[in-house]
Amino acid sequence: MDFGLSPEQEMLRETVGRCLAETCPLDHVRACADSGSAASDRVMAALADIGLTGLMVPEAQGGLGMTLLDAAVVAEQLGRAVAPAPFLARSVLAPLALVLAGSPAQQAQWLPRIATGEVRFGVAIAGIVEERDGAKVRAESAGLTGTALFALDFADADHFIVADESGRLHLLDAAANGVERIALHTIDATRSVGELRLSGAAAEPLAGDGGVAARRLRDAGRILLAADSLGAGEAMIEKAVAYAGEREQFGRVIGSFQAVKHMCAEMAARHEPCRALVWYAAHAFDAAPGEAALMACHAKSHTGEVHRFVARTATEVHGGMGFTDLLGLHFWFKRIGFDRQVLGGPERVRDEAAQLQGLTATTQ
Amino acid sequence: MNLDYGPEYERFRAEVRDFLDRNGQLAPDSANRAARPSAEAVAWQNLLLEHGYTARTIPREYGGYGAEPDILKARIIAEEFARAGVPGGLSNQGISMLVPTLLELGTEEQKRRWIEPTLRGEVVWCQGYSEPGAGSDLASLRTSAREENVHFVINGQKIWTSTARQADMIFCLVRTESEAPKHAGISYLIFPMDLPGIEVCPLKTMTGHAEFNETFFTDVRVPVDQIVGLRGQGWFVANATLGHERGMLGDPDALENRLLALIRLMQEEQVGSARAIDNPVLRDRLIALQAEVAAMKYNGMRVLSGQIKGEPGGMAKLIVKLQSCELAHQISALAIDTMGEMGILYADSPRQREGGTWQWNYMFQLGLIIGGGTAQIQKNIIAERGLNMPREPRLAQEASSGRKEVA
Repeated sequence: MDFGLSPEQEMLRETVGRCLAETCPLDHVRACADSGSAASDRVMAALADIGLTGLMVPEAQGGLGMTLLDAAVVAEQLGRAVAPAPFLARSVLAPLALVLAGSPAQQAQWLPRIATGEVRFGVAIAGIVEERDGAKVRAESAGLTGTALFALDFADADHFIVADESGRLHLLDAAANGVERIALHTIDATRSVGELRLSGAAAEPLAGDGGVAARRLRDAGRILLAADSLGAGEAMIEKAVAYAGEREQFGRVIGSFQAVKHMCAEMAARHEPCRALVWYAAHAFDAAPGEAALMACHAKSHTGEVHRFVARTATEVHGGMGFTDLLGLHFWFKRIGFDRQVLGGPERVRDEAAQLQGLTATTQ
Repeated sequence: MNLDYGPEYERFRAEVRDFLDRNGQLAPDSANRAARPSAEAVAWQNLLLEHGYTARTIPREYGGYGAEPDILKARIIAEEFARAGVPGGLSNQGISMLVPTLLELGTEEQKRRWIEPTLRGEVVWCQGYSEPGAGSDLASLRTSAREENVHFVINGQKIWTSTARQADMIFCLVRTESEAPKHAGISYLIFPMDLPGIEVCPLKTMTGHAEFNETFFTDVRVPVDQIVGLRGQGWFVANATLGHERGMLGDPDALENRLLALIRLMQEEQVGSARAIDNPVLRDRLIALQAEVAAMKYNGMRVLSGQIKGEPGGMAKLIVKLQSCELAHQISALAIDTMGEMGILYADSPRQREGGTWQWNYMFQLGLIIGGGTAQIQKNIIAERGLNMPREPRLAQEASSGRKEVA
């Protein structure tokens, strides 16, 4: 019995953390954000050196064959560094889609190229969580038609995994006829999302059972967004504590005032159990599939709530400086805001959790 | 991540289950926390002592089972008793606080005289720490004990003494050196509650029950050898076991059980022709609490794994009391809201649900948020020990003047 990260996972955490500390300091994040690029070549090259592009690609296809818990360890570090690095869709969800639902031929064609970074996938599954503005994708004999919103890791993607309205997954070449791409600018300049407008765009269905695979992708995405938020929240708490230990008012460092200490303690007290929850959700995804969907809902919604509180409170501890662009604290604030809404906000996700347990009148 | 206990432990689990299958019907209705234990509870306690399901690691010569400490086996016992819905052994303050204190710091004679009868439920204890003017700042207590020949003569008042009316004995903090710095002049005494000069007055709380008492001492004479540890070291002696009290207030199994009870309530409670759980707002609050309970459960497993490896508990352990007490209160609060107007019925009023347990819990758990160190004191501990934030300036001075503190 050992609840926690393995020594190998601790090492992965350290390695990624060190790599990001070297390649992705705040001024680099700011430079990327200012230039409108949510993908830092420098960071991506460093992560590729560690092999992270192939993290979820099976070893037989040239990857590292790691688990979602490993990916969560990486996501936490990316959140901590607010790294402009397309990881979620490109390195996790896309290979996962192919592993779960791809035919042997599709796997052989795409997985090795994902591992080397030769192809760059985005993933568009927001429609299976909730339909907004009538956006949905229909699969017809002519190809995919409709709109997919909030495609993840959008900007540099040359291919997309797209879920249609029935939840079936399709492999789409971004350069195909009938594909129009519209970038969506969000509060979080370290991530890239966009809209696909499809009119009869030729696409290849993934061979496996659609719907089940898409829901697995949604669960994995939720867990990794929670992990990202965990890292971002941790960084915000550390920054607040450090600032409170330096900033003096009324002849004392503000961290010696109980009002300020209690804000920091509340952040820590609410944040800390999220770590175990995210770890368990990722572990359930890997080892206890029956619990995975519910645990993904809990991890996503709970970290969403806790880290909204952390983002607001840590900013408040910094006083007026927290509200400025000077300290760059807002990058973490916005990252947490992004993580909370994408693939379902807390209320939406809790409603699903209730349905999964048969606690709703309508679905049971 | 490996959540298996392994074959040796699964065999142990099977033994515990077998014991519960054969003997579970002998268990008393509840854990019998507050009052003097019933004959049934005492019999159950003694059966558990004999099989090592309570006082497991206490040496045999003091009435325990004498097993090697094993965190996983302790966890398995707790899990199986919770699963069977059967209370564990007695969990009063004598057992949870005095026994560990004597084991650590008592004389051989004190250990032999008090531990076994306490474990067997024959001697019931109360705790005399808090005073009306010494709550969160416990060390400012003023109850005095002046030495006269072979006795301490005690004068003063204690408050929040649960079970004082039922107790045979008290373990009590008194000021023996009035001139010493406030943490240095305190001693830890144990003495009978039927001595002349002790008066106990029930203290009725907002639940309508007197879970606590005020205890008054007027020239109470206690032999000087009834001291635990050294004179003037009472603060250190008491601190050695305060952690045990906080540890008792964050049981994730209890939170999970209350949450399951809440789900049942929400499914059964009808508003018109709909179940309460079909109200989307109430249901949303329920699932939010469920996520928090899950987080605390896995946080507990993380702490447990750390203990097995001998790692310090760190932040994951420091936050348990604060978060669990708050969460327990929120679970009860949602139950009250689920019941709507029915949620204010009390005492033996008709139409109340589950005997008014939720109402009682809702009020009593507010006391738990305050007791064992208020939420504000817990936040100070988290900030100062967990986040290394600066102490309050006044406390910083005392710390540098050499006061001893035990985490």
